[in-house]
Amino acid sequence: MEDEQSFSDICGGRLALQRRYYSPSCREFCLSCPRLSLRSLTAVTCSVWLAAYGLFTLCENSMVLSAAIFITLVGLLGYLHFVKIDQETLLIIDSLGIQMTSSYASGKESTTFIEMSKVKDIVINEAIYMSAKPRLDCLIEVYRSCQEILAHQKATATGP
Amino acid sequence: MVLKAFFPTCCVSADSGLLVGRWVPEQSSAVVLAVVHFPFIPVQVKELLAQVQQVSRVGVTVLGTWCHHRQEPQESLGHFLEGLGAIFSHEPWLQLCRERDSKSWTCKATRRQTPTAAGEDQVLLIFYDQRKVLLSQLHPPAALPDRQAGDATPSARGLAVVFDTVARSETLFRSDRFDEGPVRLSHWQSEGVEASILVELLTRASGPVCLLLSWLLSLLSAVGSCWSRLRRHRGEQVCFWNRLKAVDPSSSHVPPKVGTGLSGSRSERSVPQLPRRPVEKPVRHVAEELQHLLQWLMGAPAGLKMNRALDQVLGRFFLYHIHLWISYVHLTSPFIERILWHVGFSACLGLTVAMSVLSDIIALLTFHIYCFYVYGARCAVLRAGGPPGGLYCLKICGLSSLWRLFRGKKWNVLRQRVDSCSYDLDQLFIGTLLFTILVFLLPTTALYYLVFTLLRLLVVAVQGLIHLLVDVINSLPLYSLGLRLCRPYRLAGSLPRRPADPPLSFQMQPLPYSRVVRVYRLPSCGCHPQHSWGSLCRKLFSGELIYPWRQRADKQD
Repeated sequence: MEDEQSFSDICGGRLALQRRYYSPSCREFCLSCPRLSLRSLTAVTCSVWLAAYGLFTLCENSMVLSAAIFITLVGLLGYLHFVKIDQETLLIIDSLGIQMTSSYASGKESTTFIEMSKVKDIVINEAIYMSAKPRLDCLIEVYRSCQEILAHQKATATGP
Repeated sequence: MVLKAFFPTCCVSADSGLLVGRWVPEQSSAVVLAVVHFPFIPVQVKELLAQVQQVSRVGVTVLGTWCHHRQEPQESLGHFLEGLGAIFSHEPWLQLCRERDSKSWTCKATRRQTPTAAGEDQVLLIFYDQRKVLLSQLHPPAALPDRQAGDATPSARGLAVVFDTVARSETLFRSDRFDEGPVRLSHWQSEGVEASILVELLTRASGPVCLLLSWLLSLLSAVGSCWSRLRRHRGEQVCFWNRLKAVDPSSSHVPPKVGTGLSGSRSERSVPQLPRRPVEKPVRHVAEELQHLLQWLMGAPAGLKMNRALDQVLGRFFLYHIHLWISYVHLTSPFIERILWHVGFSACLGLTVAMSVLSDIIALLTFHIYCFYVYGARCAVLRAGGPPGGLYCLKICGLSSLWRLFRGKKWNVLRQRVDSCSYDLDQLFIGTLLFTILVFLLPTTALYYLVFTLLRLLVVAVQGLIHLLVDVINSLPLYSLGLRLCRPYRLAGSLPRRPADPPLSFQMQPLPYSRVVRVYRLPSCGCHPQHSWGSLCRKLFSGELIYPWRQRADKQD
């Protein structure tokens, strides 16, 4: 069973939250971030190269231009690989644990898994933890679903 | 309650049979270790399980049945499998069933003695790669202090129980379904990859072979150096060793110890024929630079106007000192060179030893800078009752007490505080005179003190850098890093799962390098400077001596 809603993050971009219910004890939340916009990319590249050209006219050294190109390429690759998040997923499996996956624009995926025995409660900390930076309404949705599962798990744990 | 069943991926294509493994009631999870195939005799199966239990101290039992329909599903097989539940009684009885070449599985868990209202438990099936789980270790390692050869199994928390179970049931994996035994089992050995026996032999033998090689090399280099010394023959030897000590990564509370030796290039010189004096040249160079510095100070350094007489006195004093030092080095340089050449042998013991020796050599060669610093800041005669002071320090102390006299106060030694006091006229007169003299002579002394303190700080910084490097090399877990590089599955971090459908699969993620270093870091010697920056500045200003390597215990000078 899938469900999709759209929210906005703290910078105003559009985020899409997808909810999947595999079973009453297993749920997944998938948050997709907006793609890298061509406008911002062009703006940054142009500003860097203009600055490099200005330096070049001052010091007459062509190494500045090559360095600027190199820096732009390396910076873009680094940004895509380390900073730009494509999608964030939160998977809760009752009695096993919680898994958070972040997949970056370059295809890299980093996963964290927390065992259920180590989870006391889920709270909304500042949005800074989730790198996609969603707003409060999106966080509240996720929070409510997580609490449902935790309550369900506690009920069955204390049961027979 | 949800029942978790950990199923090895190697048994997915196995024939029907019995499920054998361990049941963990606290977490309501069943770890399946192997599948016993038909035909079997129940008594023999029970014997084998009792044997395995005795050796490995893991509660291995029959957990349920596994049904893999290759042809049309047979009703008779189903009844037969249910009948087995009566022979091997286990609560709850697990029944896994897989249709031919289909993705859907049927999982049932029934309880007989205590029938719940639902009648059946919900089963969560999780696949795991048995060989990788067998070889790896989950981080953060659970502290198991009671892990002796006791009969009580240590309570592992959470997923560590899976690792624990599989790692300790090695005796179960000895026999295979292809062996001619009474019981035919299917586990990770059944899907073995052939033709890798050479690789396995090589990997197992690499450790002892490396040790043997390093021992032989050390022998060769010792023999070679003796031989070439006898024949007075010039040569260079470079040795590279790698000493790997055996480490058991599963005993995580014993950090692995690693030594890497690097003995640098050594060149011999025939001493009588061609005096080369590698030690004297840099020392002479440093001394000449110091002389230039002092000449500069004796003039008008940086445009400052110094007190001519005091300047000349101090400058000449230090110049004479440097002259003495150069003659001393010139006289002793042959002996120093021999000693250094012999000490260079100790570099065979490791890079860190070589660096420590280098640090000591630097300290010895810059001894005169240390002397200057001490002369500038310290004097042989201690002022009674005051802190140990030197030229600059004396000046500061004198100035401070005379300043108090100026204001009509006195330092009460008994009470350790400043009290008011009435002085006589002649005391005030002498005091004011001395105060003025000291104030006007202050810039000269302060400049000398500043220059020599900076030089000393430079030497201390170089030594500190070498010490830091030695510390880092000593505490770096090279074996763990190498293991992480070559066999990443041995150090597992968090465990992601991929839910394609209801069957989840357990995948291991190797630890990031930063965590490897942090977890396996060896204890460093901890020679951190005891002063904070503030107290350091205060000491510099007041002229007290700085001993960066003193521990808190000994504060004597």
